[in-house]
Amino acid sequence: MSDLKFSNEHEWVDVEDGIATVGISDYAQEQLGDVVYVELPEVGQQIAREGQAAVVESVKAASEIYAPASGEVVEVNSALEDEPGLVNGDPTGGGWFFKLKLDDEAELAGLMDADAYQEYVEELG
Amino acid sequence: MDGTNGTDSESIKTTPLHDSHVALGAKMVPFTGYSMPLQYPTGILKEHFHTRESASLFDVSHMGQISIWGDGAAHALEWLVPGDIIGLAPWSLRYTQFTNAEGGIRDDLMVTNAEGRLLLVVNAACKDADLGLLEIGFRGAVDVAMHNDKALIALQGPAAAAVMARHAPASAALKFMTAGTMKVAGADAIVSRSGYTGEDGFEISVYGEDARHVWEALAAAPEVAPAGLGARDSLRLEAGLCLYGHDIDETTSPVEAGLLWSIGKRRREEGGFPGAERIQAEIADGATRRRVGILPEGRAPVRENTEILSAGDEPIGKVTSGGFGPSAGGPVAMGYVDAAHAKAGNAVGLMLRGKKVPASIVKLPFTAHRYHKD
Repeated sequence: MSDLKFSNEHEWVDVEDGIATVGISDYAQEQLGDVVYVELPEVGQQIAREGQAAVVESVKAASEIYAPASGEVVEVNSALEDEPGLVNGDPTGGGWFFKLKLDDEAELAGLMDADAYQEYVEELG
Repeated sequence: MDGTNGTDSESIKTTPLHDSHVALGAKMVPFTGYSMPLQYPTGILKEHFHTRESASLFDVSHMGQISIWGDGAAHALEWLVPGDIIGLAPWSLRYTQFTNAEGGIRDDLMVTNAEGRLLLVVNAACKDADLGLLEIGFRGAVDVAMHNDKALIALQGPAAAAVMARHAPASAALKFMTAGTMKVAGADAIVSRSGYTGEDGFEISVYGEDARHVWEALAAAPEVAPAGLGARDSLRLEAGLCLYGHDIDETTSPVEAGLLWSIGKRRREEGGFPGAERIQAEIADGATRRRVGILPEGRAPVRENTEILSAGDEPIGKVTSGGFGPSAGGPVAMGYVDAAHAKAGNAVGLMLRGKKVPASIVKLPFTAHRYHKD
């Protein structure tokens, strides 16, 4: 958990061997409320940095999820199809969205660590 | 209920129950100029299901409560609405609309015949305009007053009657769309058996100073949990009920909106309300578009303003309310389509993020109404 990096769009990234697992933060799921649907990218799809990668829908509204770095989608969390509530219940674990094979790991250099993200969220009020 | 968000934090208003919502941990949002609870910590889904399974308490004090009285008040109101007000029995409610000269809808409202006065409950976003409309329309012939000192609390769900019976025994005698004056938890109240969820339930008008006491007495019942605007919206959508500013507005007529049931026989024949020409023509010849229920295939919610396509991919209308229906177990929507495509069972397409989602036209409501009719 301590290795998670966060974007200012409230996504988290966990990198291992050039593969980035991506999800949304606890703060983000709290803001969204009950998640009822997640539209995931296709495996094999190439996504550009800050390109739209997924859509998460709560009862109230739809929100777009952007790729924190460029890469190819190598896996998606198909458990979310039947159980979108995992995003609320376990946002940084079982509620992950997709895995990206990164084009260039250096693209993640600007992300925040957990402490910096915590400060960022607190500043948002 | 109107969906226009007020955003001016300088002038935001609060209801008499504001402190209760904050103490309960509600997520407060600006809504039609008021700070209102969107949801409590339990979340919209649980609040929705709790309403269908037990009973939920809603603060709807942002809505306008107006009374009109004096000789000919019912006649005068009929100048402005197509509903049969003269024929409204004492202590009965009627749903109707303020129409405009083109037959569109300026607001929708509930009217109660409170013997000697008519009580109107109107949408928050329209209430000042409605008050002006009544004052100008009546030209002083009938007295009009807005009751900004009143709160409105809704208790909705199958357990509502049992809870109310403990705090207001007289409520047990009320049937759907009737009302009475009574004490609720010791406070003077006007109670109607009505609501916006499709469930049995009550709407309780009390003085602002009594609101917190009444709210807390009802909230203390083991069957009851608070619910916010989020659940109110998913519940009314499943129940097929219109949200002003979305499913009905200044351009939609009551006939297009499928609200002809709210216009009695005498008014259909006699007219005498704004826009009667168009509305009577649509009654005779049918409207060119119709509000319909839309059931998308799959799991993706389809939202307001989504384009609706015919089987032949021609644009035939737009979604006016859409989202996830917790009790329906999937996405549900309402919208307007050309009359030729409005038949239940018709296959249509919905353009969602550049892809066409198959859907069908269905009869409303999505969740059967469970009103206390007899």
